[in-house]
Amino acid sequence: MNRLANAAELKALQDYLVQAHDPNRPIVRVCRGPGCLALGADKVAQAFQTAIQRQGLGVKVQPLIKETGCHGFCSQGTLVTVAPADLCYVRVKPEDVDEVVQTTLVTGQVVDRLLYSDNGNRYKSEAEIPFYRLQQKTILKNVGVIDPLDIHDAIKAGAYQSLAKALTGMSPDDVIRTVTVSGLRGRGGGGFPTGFKWRKAVDNAQENPGPVYIIANGEEGDPGAFMDRAIMEGDPHAVIEGMALGAYAMGANLGFLYVRHEYPIAIRHLATAVQQARDLGLLGQNILGMGFDFDLQLNRGAGAYVCGEETAIIASLEGRVGEPVTRPPYPAQQGLWGRPTVINNVETWANIRHIIAQGADWYTGVGVPHSTGTKIFSLVGKVKNTGLVEVPMGISLGTLVEDIGGGVPGQKQFKAVQTGGPSGGIIPYELKDIPPEALKPARVGLQTIESLPEKPELSVDFDSMAKTGSIMGGGGMIVMDDHDCVVDLARYFLRFLQEDSCGKCMPCRLGLKGMLEFLDNFSRGKGTPADIDALESLGQALVDGSLCGLGRSAPNPVLTSIRYFRDEYLAHIVDHKCPAGVCRDLISYRIDPVVCTGCALCVPTCPPQCISGTENQPHTIDQDTCIRCGVCKDICPVAAVVVD
Amino acid sequence: MKAAHQDIEAILAQYPRQAQHLINLMQDVQAEFSYISSEHLALICDHVGVPLTQAWAIATFYRSFSLEPRGEHEVKVCLGTTCHLKGGERLVEACERELGIPRGQTTGDLHLSLDTVKCVGACALAPVVMVDNDYLGEANLVSLKKRLEEL
Repeated sequence: MNRLANAAELKALQDYLVQAHDPNRPIVRVCRGPGCLALGADKVAQAFQTAIQRQGLGVKVQPLIKETGCHGFCSQGTLVTVAPADLCYVRVKPEDVDEVVQTTLVTGQVVDRLLYSDNGNRYKSEAEIPFYRLQQKTILKNVGVIDPLDIHDAIKAGAYQSLAKALTGMSPDDVIRTVTVSGLRGRGGGGFPTGFKWRKAVDNAQENPGPVYIIANGEEGDPGAFMDRAIMEGDPHAVIEGMALGAYAMGANLGFLYVRHEYPIAIRHLATAVQQARDLGLLGQNILGMGFDFDLQLNRGAGAYVCGEETAIIASLEGRVGEPVTRPPYPAQQGLWGRPTVINNVETWANIRHIIAQGADWYTGVGVPHSTGTKIFSLVGKVKNTGLVEVPMGISLGTLVEDIGGGVPGQKQFKAVQTGGPSGGIIPYELKDIPPEALKPARVGLQTIESLPEKPELSVDFDSMAKTGSIMGGGGMIVMDDHDCVVDLARYFLRFLQEDSCGKCMPCRLGLKGMLEFLDNFSRGKGTPADIDALESLGQALVDGSLCGLGRSAPNPVLTSIRYFRDEYLAHIVDHKCPAGVCRDLISYRIDPVVCTGCALCVPTCPPQCISGTENQPHTIDQDTCIRCGVCKDICPVAAVVVD
Repeated sequence: MKAAHQDIEAILAQYPRQAQHLINLMQDVQAEFSYISSEHLALICDHVGVPLTQAWAIATFYRSFSLEPRGEHEVKVCLGTTCHLKGGERLVEACERELGIPRGQTTGDLHLSLDTVKCVGACALAPVVMVDNDYLGEANLVSLKKRLEEL
């Protein structure tokens, strides 16, 4: 690859790539997102390659097979799209590939059975599917479209044009001002205004001359969130370009990509992208001939949740144990090696190129005041359409979960959503207890659903979420139904955080242990109603007294669940019942004699061998020896095992 | 575990002798040998010039390091929030019963290690179990048992 000497050469390269592309050449895009990979996307992609390479395909133009990042609609994986016919095939298996090649690529017909169908409707293209139609893809626009391992594909789609625009036509101060006016807030969870943080770092560097460092926080530790993974894997250049713009604005010459080691594909794609950008002169010395030097170093996280905290990242980058330190001084004052350092989340960095390209005014027009732009959520849990969605801020919770997510599958009831991971909260879907100022009168933001009945719903933006006691967080949105227990979930988060508390400050180290003891008791049906108040007060002590964000936000799931679901706590403590049928000490497994066919499939699989009965007659479980492992429930072909 | 190991010296040579490379270096050694032996830990410390206590603190603080040899195959049960809601805990218990080892341990013949992970980011297919580098999505006790028997 030849180095690009200036911005004009970059533009010429883009124009050449666009022109060289034959619009009639079929492109098959196989999703290699986290969901599809788990469903065997690699084998599907391989099957396409083999089928295409086979001699005598009988087509004028050889189709192009692209392995892309996440298409988003994970519950329908493996996803395959075909351009230019604009087809979207779902649930594609390797054995379907030959038919797709023969029918669609050779004869130009549609394989009807692989189209997405819902309620009797078949949808040909992504744009028609309700899950996609209600989204507004900006950050994810190229994710699932470009080949993340080929910088030319990214440049063809417009990558690095914002960098060229800033380097040739904007002063560093212009860039900071644009980001500030856009109202962009940190997408990692805190929602701190990005432009303000940048300004602070620049001011501090002026007072105390020396290097400034920038870091991309890719330690996406919140369980249930994978939007950063999708960006890093699907469009790594979005992060690199955003950081290069930030570096130009703040006068930084070195940046760090800090990515958790559980994401090996993201690490590989970023490493390749950085190298390709260097080869083209988009990173390194004298970028685009404008005398600007910036390079990136890739660091792998080593498996510590607390390393999502910015001072812990700095410690980790310096080669130390990832223990947070008190702020102030903030990293923008004294960060990496004592120098002003700006740490932004991966998704925040990926926003920058769009703000520079389309301007602050455009950006403030998306979303709601004080929460501008779009946000990516991972919509998972007990919802029909699971996957990654990008929507304007301020969308209503109902639109997100019911219209895009398709609601809760089966006969179950939608109970709550958990947002913001272990630092977030559990918010009920029934909104009677939510403060009115966090509600919005009707579903707004998307014209297509104006016809829906008006009812007050939670607005999904930074400030409204905070008013409920939860946080927006990284964007994990875990839907719970009436078979999920909030006491159990609160206990799960406490255990998670207790394991990952670094143990440096006492409120967090001992407080989490104490809180967990309360919840362990509750889940066994022990305790008194007064214990709930004691738990709340202990939680408040953690909020007030902990050193870093981990401890200060750790009680959120417990506090919000008590606030909105006190009845469920009381059911455990007073009635000794788990209404959701989850807490193991309060439930029992039983075989419904009416349903059981006596097939005896469960008998040999039962670990303590506690199921007995005669063949073809209803069986029974011995309650004294049952360990409530649930194997019988999983294996029963007629669903005769019920939980009481 | 690979048949032939990259030489420890070759790994060390890739990094300048600075403390900031300590964690990267330890990660490379961990990846190559599946654990960090006390000899290797000492060599790493000499190379980047930090006291052994610092490397020890890092090895025991971060989850991805092991000071004991790991098994040939790794079974990692995801316990992210979604996997938890969908029964991940029951899957770990099933693995413990089937393999006869508690989570975090390796079988005596170094054939298999059982671990839990906080979230592998494949939440849409919860519950997920990773067997080496393969994902087993929407796992249940039946499909998991079958997968374990294949190993």
